[in-house]
Amino acid sequence: MAMKGKNCVAIAADRRFGVQLMTLSTDFQKIFEINPRTYIGLPGLATDVQTLSELFRFKTNLYKLREERDISPKTFSHMVSSTLYEKRFGNYFCEPVIAGIEKDGSPYICSMDLLGCINHAKDFVVSGTASSQMYGTAEGLWEPELEPEELFETIAQAMMSAVDRDASSGWGVIVHVITQDGVMTKTLKARMD
Amino acid sequence: MPINEVKPATGGFSFDNYARNTMLNDKGFKAPGVIKTGTTICGCLWKGGLVLGADTRATEGPIVADKNCEKIHYLAPNMYCCGAGTAADCDATTGLISSKLELHRLHTGRQSRVVTAMTMLEQMLFKYQGHIGCALVLGGVDINGPQLYTIAPHGSTDKLPYVTMGSGSLAAMAIFESRWKKDMELEDAMELVKDAISAGIFNDLGSGSNVDLCVITKDGVDYRRGYDRPNERVQKERSYKLKPGASTVLTSSFRKYVEVLDGDAMDTS
Repeated sequence: MAMKGKNCVAIAADRRFGVQLMTLSTDFQKIFEINPRTYIGLPGLATDVQTLSELFRFKTNLYKLREERDISPKTFSHMVSSTLYEKRFGNYFCEPVIAGIEKDGSPYICSMDLLGCINHAKDFVVSGTASSQMYGTAEGLWEPELEPEELFETIAQAMMSAVDRDASSGWGVIVHVITQDGVMTKTLKARMD
Repeated sequence: MPINEVKPATGGFSFDNYARNTMLNDKGFKAPGVIKTGTTICGCLWKGGLVLGADTRATEGPIVADKNCEKIHYLAPNMYCCGAGTAADCDATTGLISSKLELHRLHTGRQSRVVTAMTMLEQMLFKYQGHIGCALVLGGVDINGPQLYTIAPHGSTDKLPYVTMGSGSLAAMAIFESRWKKDMELEDAMELVKDAISAGIFNDLGSGSNVDLCVITKDGVDYRRGYDRPNERVQKERSYKLKPGASTVLTSSFRKYVEVLDGDAMDTS
C-alpha cells in the first residue's frame, strides 16, 4: 500500500512469506529501494518478487551509468510497466506499487496490475491479497495534505486493520515514509497469528 | 533466468514464463486479477467534426481499481482512440500505434490518416487472434474529413456515423438510436455524447464516475477531461486524523539523503 501526503509519500507492506496456509518467514522483504527517493513494493509470487527486484536493480543501475543520474519515480514506473507488459502472455505474478518523490519535490505514487497497466491515484494505491480490505481502511482514514508523522499513523493503522482481516497477510508491518530530507523506516508491532 | 543472461529488450512479447505459469495453474495456483475497463465508450459525427466520449472507471473483478482513469488515448494530433477491455492492452496498443504514426509522419512529412491508424490497429489485433483484448473506438479528422471507426479485439472494423463499445455499449447506443441526427451542432453533439456515457455510468455496473469528452475538428482537438462529474465525493463530515503514537513501533530509523555537490560535470563536447 502507498499513500500520498503533503510533500511526502509512504509505502507499507506486511512481512509474511508462506506457502498457502503455512508461514515460513516473518521478515520477508517486499519493499525495495530503487534509489534514495524511489521505492517499489512487490507483492505476489515470492520467486517473481525476487526475480523482479534483481531485474529492476540491474536495469536502474544501467540507467544510472548511462544517464549519470537517478531514475525518477515516474520514469521508473514506465520501466516497470514495459517490463511486465513484455511478458503479456507469460506473466510475472506480481502487482507492483511504486512510491517516490520527484525532482521538483512533488509526491508520486502508482500501482500496476500484473500486465503493467499503470494506475495513478491522487490519494492512495493498494495491491496484494488484502487489497479489498485495504481499499476500505484507506478510503476511511486517508485525508489530503497529511504531514509525514500524520501520514505514518494513517498508513500504519490502515495497513494493520486490513492485514488483520486477511488470513494470509500479517506477521509484522514495515513502513517507509519518504520526505524531502530523508526516509523514515519503522516496523510495527502487529498480531503474529 | 540468471541475471547475467538478461539482454536488452529486442521488442515483441516474451513467453519465458509461459510453461511455468501453465504448470502453476495446473497445480491450482491462482493468478492475481487483471484490471479491465468494463467500460462505456462512444463517439458520434456532427456537422464540423466528431466527439469521442468515455467514462472513467477501471475494475478488477467487482472491485473499482481506479475511479478516475483516462480512456481516451492520444494517437496523433488529429486522432484519438477510446479503449475498452484489458486496460494494459489498450494502453500498450495505442501507445505502440501512436509511436508508429509519429515515425510515419516524420518519414512522409504528411498528416496521419485515420484509415492508416485503423489498418495498423486492425492488422495488429487480427495477428494476435483476439488474445490482445482491446475494443477500440477510433476517431479522427484528416484530408477525407471526420471519420469514426470501431475495432473489435479480433480485428474486425466498422465505419459508422455513431458508435459505442464496451459493457455499457447497449445503454449508450439506446441514446444514440433515439436522438442522433445528421449534421448536428457541436453543443448538441456534446450533450448527446455526454448523455450516452451517462446512460452507461448509471445503468452499467462496469462503468462509472465521470464523463470525459474529446472534440476533434479540422482545426484541432478540444480534450475535456472531467466534462461532467455526476459522482463527486462529498467532504467528510469529520476528520479521522490519528494522534502521534497511535501505533506501537518496534524499530525506527531515519536516513538522510546524501547530496554530492563537488566535482565538475563530464566534458561531453
